[in-house]
Amino acid sequence: MSALDPSLIRFEEVVPAGANWSHVLKRGTTLRITDTEGGANVSALFYNFELLCERLNLPDSLKCQHIARLTKGACLYSDMGRILVSITEDTCGWHDPLTGCSNAKIVTAKHGELSYQTARNAWHRDAHSGFLRELGKYGMGERDLAMNVNFFQKVTTDDAGRLVYHAGNSQAGAFVDLRAEMNTLVVLNTCIHPLDTALTYSPKPVHLTVWTSPPPGPEDFCRNSRPENERGFILTERYFQ
Amino acid sequence: MTTLTESHLDPASAIYDFTLPAGEPWMCEIKRGQTFRIVDLEGNQAADTLYYNAHDPADRYSAQDTIREQGALYLTTGTKLISTRGNVLLTITADTCGRHDTLGGACACESNMVRYAIDKRSMHACRDSFMRAIQENQPTWDKRDITHNINFFMNVPVTPEGGLTFADGVSASGRYVEMRAEMDVLALISNCPQLNNPCNAYNPTPVRLLIWD
Repeated sequence: MSALDPSLIRFEEVVPAGANWSHVLKRGTTLRITDTEGGANVSALFYNFELLCERLNLPDSLKCQHIARLTKGACLYSDMGRILVSITEDTCGWHDPLTGCSNAKIVTAKHGELSYQTARNAWHRDAHSGFLRELGKYGMGERDLAMNVNFFQKVTTDDAGRLVYHAGNSQAGAFVDLRAEMNTLVVLNTCIHPLDTALTYSPKPVHLTVWTSPPPGPEDFCRNSRPENERGFILTERYFQ
Repeated sequence: MTTLTESHLDPASAIYDFTLPAGEPWMCEIKRGQTFRIVDLEGNQAADTLYYNAHDPADRYSAQDTIREQGALYLTTGTKLISTRGNVLLTITADTCGRHDTLGGACACESNMVRYAIDKRSMHACRDSFMRAIQENQPTWDKRDITHNINFFMNVPVTPEGGLTFADGVSASGRYVEMRAEMDVLALISNCPQLNNPCNAYNPTPVRLLIWD
């Protein structure tokens, strides 16, 4: 399951540490994100490319699946009750939907400012700015921000609801497969997690593989992981009728 | 575990006092320094609430920033409600309920179809109230301005294993939450009409809204 048939691979790309990236992931393809070095963070947002005001709704996704973590079998829903992407494989085990993205204030407080003039592409970047830079390329902006996912990161809560950040959640080589159930605009960046505890500014790169994946059949794991997801797939398939 | 904080403010001295029936939206500006109270009149009613910087509504309530900055999921006395730009919109100054949810979002016809059954589509939902409220009050706004809200009086515990549960309510008749505006804010509330969820005993009820100078 981890090695992909080379004939299925459409393209591959490396996103360097601290960079932003976007792609319209076509229905029928899957984006594999691989944490090549371990300890990566990928902050990500998702939109229906045909109707950009239809976007990832994490509250809807979490409450309909009764989850506060993301792993294999979970579906990421839009505000319209449709599935933008589903997690069809995951060797990491826990991705964070709770704690949002880093911003300039957080990165500066932890690591100080480092400008492009001084450091070129090793300058200190943050996820909030990265989202806005990338969204702007699609005519979108601040009003299009929504709750984001942080892939490869784990934050748990105790009985009182207090957050506990787990450094080192992801090992080198861990990957997650995001299957597009619609034509889904994926906007992501590799900036640090907002609760990152590293003493030095050390975002990590990821490797991306877009591959041709089979449509979700009646026995599909994500479709059958909950009765709610069965209905979510019906509503998503109706959109294309 | 939960500390309840009462307020000394007298409803008789409020400059605004309105009872919002279930299934209705409400939008109002609350000025910096004013105090805003929401009263759960009959118990376990969800007041789905959004806040915006009144002078620049692109700067609006952010559930994730609020959770992360206070290091905890549930909202109660002392919680600073944080905006997408990292500003403090309001601070919760009194709370006789004890915990409020900001992870569960608002109900919508479309999410009801996923959660309950496809034939639930026609039932009234918070998102429909939000849409009408902005069409009537903010003609330049659209769906993108409806973001992830607070559910005052709702109890949505997360387990250490990452499960999300809808527990019995911790609110009751007459309990309230009060907050001080730290800037001029616009408040948008949908008094939740949900009939499919036992969290409100399948019985949506009115909330009382008060503002003090």
